[in-house]
Amino acid sequence: MSEAREFKYVGTRSIRPDGFDKVTGRANYAADLDLPGMIWGRILRSPHAHARITRLDTTRAEALPGVMGVATFKDFPAVSTEEFQSGEGSTALNDLARNILADDKVLYHGHAVCAIAATSEALAEQALDLIDIEYDVLPPVMDVADAMKDDAPLLHEDMFTEGLEEKPSKPSNIALRFELKKGDIEQGFKEADLVIEREFYTPTVHQGYIEPHACTVRYDNAGTSMVYCSTQGHFDVRAATAKLLDMELGKIKVVPSEIGGGFGGKTTIYLEPVAMILSQKSGRPVKMVMDRDEVFMASGPGSATRNWVKIGAKKDGTLVAMQARLCYEAGAFPGSPMRPGVMTVFTPYDIENAFVEGYDVVVNKPKVAAYRAPGAPQSEFACEMLINEIARELDMDPIDLRLKNAAREGTQTLYGPKLKKVGLVECLEAVKASDHYRSALKENQGRGVAAGFWFNIGGPSSVSINMNPDGTAILIEGNPDIGGSRASMQLMAAETLQLPLDDVKPLVGDTDVLAYSGATGGSRTTFATGMATIQAAEDIVRQFKERAASTWNVTPEQVEYANGTVTNTAGDDSMTVAEICAGADRTGGHISGRGNINARGAGPSFAVHLADVECDAETGRCWVVRYTACQDAGKAIHPSYVEGQYQGGAAQGIGWALNEEYIYNEDGRLENPGFLDYRIPLASDLPMIETIIVEVPNDFHPFGVRGVGESGIIPPLAAVGDAVAGAAKINVTELPLSPPRVLKAIAEGASA
Amino acid sequence: MKTHVTTTINGEEVEFLCEPHETLLDALRNHVGLTGTKEGCGSGDCGACSVTVDGELVCSCLVLAPEAEGKSIGTIEGIADHDKLHVIQEKFLEHAALQCGICTPGLIVSTKALLEENPNPTEEEARYYLAGNLCRCTGYDKIIRAVLDAAETMKGAA
Amino acid sequence: MAVVEYQSPTSVEEAISFLTSSPHAAKVLAGGTDLIIQSKGKYDEPLTVVDIKGIASMVDAELTDDGLKLGPAMSCARLTARDDIKAVYPGLVEAAYLIGSTQVQGRASVGGNLCNSSPAGDTGPALIANRAICVIQGPNGTREVPVEEFTTGVGQNVLEKGDILVQLKFPRPAARTSDAYLRFIPRTEMDIAVAGAGVSITLDGDGTCTDARVGIGAVAPTALLVDAAAQALIGTKLDDAALAAAAQAATDASSPITDRRGTIEYRRHVVGVLVKRAALIAAERAKGA
Repeated sequence: MSEAREFKYVGTRSIRPDGFDKVTGRANYAADLDLPGMIWGRILRSPHAHARITRLDTTRAEALPGVMGVATFKDFPAVSTEEFQSGEGSTALNDLARNILADDKVLYHGHAVCAIAATSEALAEQALDLIDIEYDVLPPVMDVADAMKDDAPLLHEDMFTEGLEEKPSKPSNIALRFELKKGDIEQGFKEADLVIEREFYTPTVHQGYIEPHACTVRYDNAGTSMVYCSTQGHFDVRAATAKLLDMELGKIKVVPSEIGGGFGGKTTIYLEPVAMILSQKSGRPVKMVMDRDEVFMASGPGSATRNWVKIGAKKDGTLVAMQARLCYEAGAFPGSPMRPGVMTVFTPYDIENAFVEGYDVVVNKPKVAAYRAPGAPQSEFACEMLINEIARELDMDPIDLRLKNAAREGTQTLYGPKLKKVGLVECLEAVKASDHYRSALKENQGRGVAAGFWFNIGGPSSVSINMNPDGTAILIEGNPDIGGSRASMQLMAAETLQLPLDDVKPLVGDTDVLAYSGATGGSRTTFATGMATIQAAEDIVRQFKERAASTWNVTPEQVEYANGTVTNTAGDDSMTVAEICAGADRTGGHISGRGNINARGAGPSFAVHLADVECDAETGRCWVVRYTACQDAGKAIHPSYVEGQYQGGAAQGIGWALNEEYIYNEDGRLENPGFLDYRIPLASDLPMIETIIVEVPNDFHPFGVRGVGESGIIPPLAAVGDAVAGAAKINVTELPLSPPRVLKAIAEGASA
Repeated sequence: MKTHVTTTINGEEVEFLCEPHETLLDALRNHVGLTGTKEGCGSGDCGACSVTVDGELVCSCLVLAPEAEGKSIGTIEGIADHDKLHVIQEKFLEHAALQCGICTPGLIVSTKALLEENPNPTEEEARYYLAGNLCRCTGYDKIIRAVLDAAETMKGAA
Repeated sequence: MAVVEYQSPTSVEEAISFLTSSPHAAKVLAGGTDLIIQSKGKYDEPLTVVDIKGIASMVDAELTDDGLKLGPAMSCARLTARDDIKAVYPGLVEAAYLIGSTQVQGRASVGGNLCNSSPAGDTGPALIANRAICVIQGPNGTREVPVEEFTTGVGQNVLEKGDILVQLKFPRPAARTSDAYLRFIPRTEMDIAVAGAGVSITLDGDGTCTDARVGIGAVAPTALLVDAAAQALIGTKLDDAALAAAAQAATDASSPITDRRGTIEYRRHVVGVLVKRAALIAAERAKGA
């Protein structure tokens, strides 16, 4: 992309095309589909964090009138250890299977053991009570530090640490060690005038989408089986279901419902294969809907971490050495986002000498799933807290310290490529110039600033556009619309087609109507699917010209297209799109366009946030009084939904910083599997969240787009963390900064 | 044994059969076919199932279905006048006050109740009144702006 | 327990007869915000619910010169809309306002909150501060129990089979008397109290506290009347020393547990802070009462 371009639709705040259905209750979500003859499935879950199943007898349950099917792990055909790629992570297929239904061991409180289908949900639940099951309870390991100890109870006796130079002789809970280095870390610290190191803790958190996982599945032995579910990637649901059940991919159709939030947590599968087994056994469509406590106990969550970071700086603020040791909980099976945590931790800084090692460690908690910039909030929290501490020690403005060391175009990253054009400096400068940054704080208030980096991804996207005989267009994308992607695609298509916005009707196609599209995740949809949309629209415009040219017996080069009209530069003919489409059967058939791409060049998005927090020193309660989220969007296609991504990411990060955490008792049972005690922010907990959209165009996208979905959850942890430190006058190394933790730190500070 | 219930939903008389343990939410979704009311938690902690019963805003997951007998129920499906959106619905769209949309029906029902009770809420009053409607996508900023703008517009129209 | 039978009587006598004649467990359904959640699952334990909201006296409130007669099942939303009651018993109305969300207040009631007998119930301390009397009607007649004696343990109270809490009676506060209820929660709304304090203060003409009642919640198996905290306030002008002594008395009286909502030491500390703050608010209100 060259100089700034004038847009007609891109950059406007249009009304989303799916809006009417969503404000009237018409839109259908995962739990909203009933089919004729449908029955209900429910799941028996482990009451223990770690146990061997010694007996599982479903005879009495199956005898209950109305029970029509039972599913256990034995119903999975032999499943390989092949890595299955989905969304932003990958999992060995056999681990995926054992997570969906436990094999011989249950590995966390809430782990699914057995499923029953019956003619009503209540009856299925009654039948669960009739399953005879016995456990040999084993000691659980609930913290990454404990799990890494030599004498820790083992979750998997056959797991040996990968990534070591020599294959270890003993099994371990450490699934993987991974490191990245650059320069000479020891020399770097020698050059430093100031060296600070600390260990930070972040808790297990949940994505917290309001819509529980749900699906309706109809098995069809002869034809196509159907899965209707809420997912970020229905093509991946199809592939996973086919692989796990040894079914033909082409004989499964996955129909995506509207999706009631995902944040990464709906890039994997839980219920779908189980419902398929139950449907196969019962000969009926089967509906399964998780209760809220099941969502918390057995889906998501995001990794808890213990991250040690050490940073060396010169007196003038130049950062000379950065080192980290990052330990991520994977939950019951390997696959934490440790690796992206390692890759992102120091990326906001242009640094000579860096060394980062990471560990992926299993514990008796649910298998983690992607959560918005997976892995980055945890590691960057640790780094950003230390950067602020260094700024204080050196008596420097924390934004100036960052500007002095900021990554920019040409910076060699620790994880590989040199950065292309990025907007970190622009974000830092925008925040520094904001009214918020220059405003005064009141007593008992503190202010924190932090930066965040996320790569963003591209990947495969497919879009097709079909022209109706009246000249209107149907756009089919393969990405579930989780926060306004129909609106973005409509804007980009209308811009390229040069047709009125309302003439483009975007919809999300199922797996039978479109070629593969990667999941809605990795901040890829507006970027990659947007590129596919533009390509499909360009394909259409080319055909408009060809059809007109053939009608007028001129070459396509001799016609011009603008604003819905093709004109003949060699004569005075013109045709509207409606006329071309109405006559299309006489010029070669009706018109459709395709965009099938594997998008490269996703531009990273940097974010910088500013938080003001007030503290009630007598109770330790802290709350956000003012907040600014600034981020580089490249080009904001729909500014309102870009702001919405910034605000939503900020709110989730604020929750992570202040109150959200999984609370386990000493037996490893989850104590707060509900919205009552898993405390996500409420309307009354937050102020307005001010936004600053920085636009440093991404040259790899025709309109300059960078994905914006994820970076915004990274800075809040340290921005709020540092603001709490200032407001409460405490040291902050552990999240969440819940009132008891803050009050304890205040008391310890007073007595120290 | 099933219970027979006669009730009024969005102004229309409706009859259904339910088990006595079922909730009003179950009945609306599974027996009456009104799936606009969503279930997020089943325990009164998220507000996605907000409806009105005789004008009082409640979580339909915390009402037994038989309690609907003789009552007047208001759901999201009754907010718009056929194809004409209510001002609150228009403002939610104008302000982009929804992303995934799962909390939206509950929020719109709650906002209508709020503005009937208090046509001129402050930002703080709106935030506290709606504290029982969880949204995980938006950070509430645009929701609150939509609510306050709807209040302004409705005052102007009144 | 699973609800297998729903009854909606129109008189207290009819309700008592449903409760006593049921072949299996029978419970009163007021707002249902606790009962409906508690009764989910367990299909082998049948339950009859007796909905008392169809009985006019259960959902009404009458404020006279003698005091307040509150129908225990009146929804918190209706109660908090009553400005006349709020003017006389602001702390009681605050407690009702703090129970759950707007939606939950549309159903929940003061009587239901009390009869659920959770240690963390918001109304307990406010009812104690306001000297509430529980009027109980059962198969053997009617009796009255001071509210601080109503709850006997976690989820337990003095109600016996067939008993219904039919009224909460409050004496009219003396001149220059008012109350306040505060609770501590991590968020601004929606949480269950980590600690709560209801305080009623009576002042004389020169601002000396002549009478006080202090109730605390969520820091013991039941809400507690803390006389020592009241005594620390009486005879003082609520100076810092008196407030600190009242706070300490509340802390000393508490015997909380550590759970997902707070630790023992945190709750003991915070309940004292709340008593101090609630006393100051109540005193400020009493000046104008």
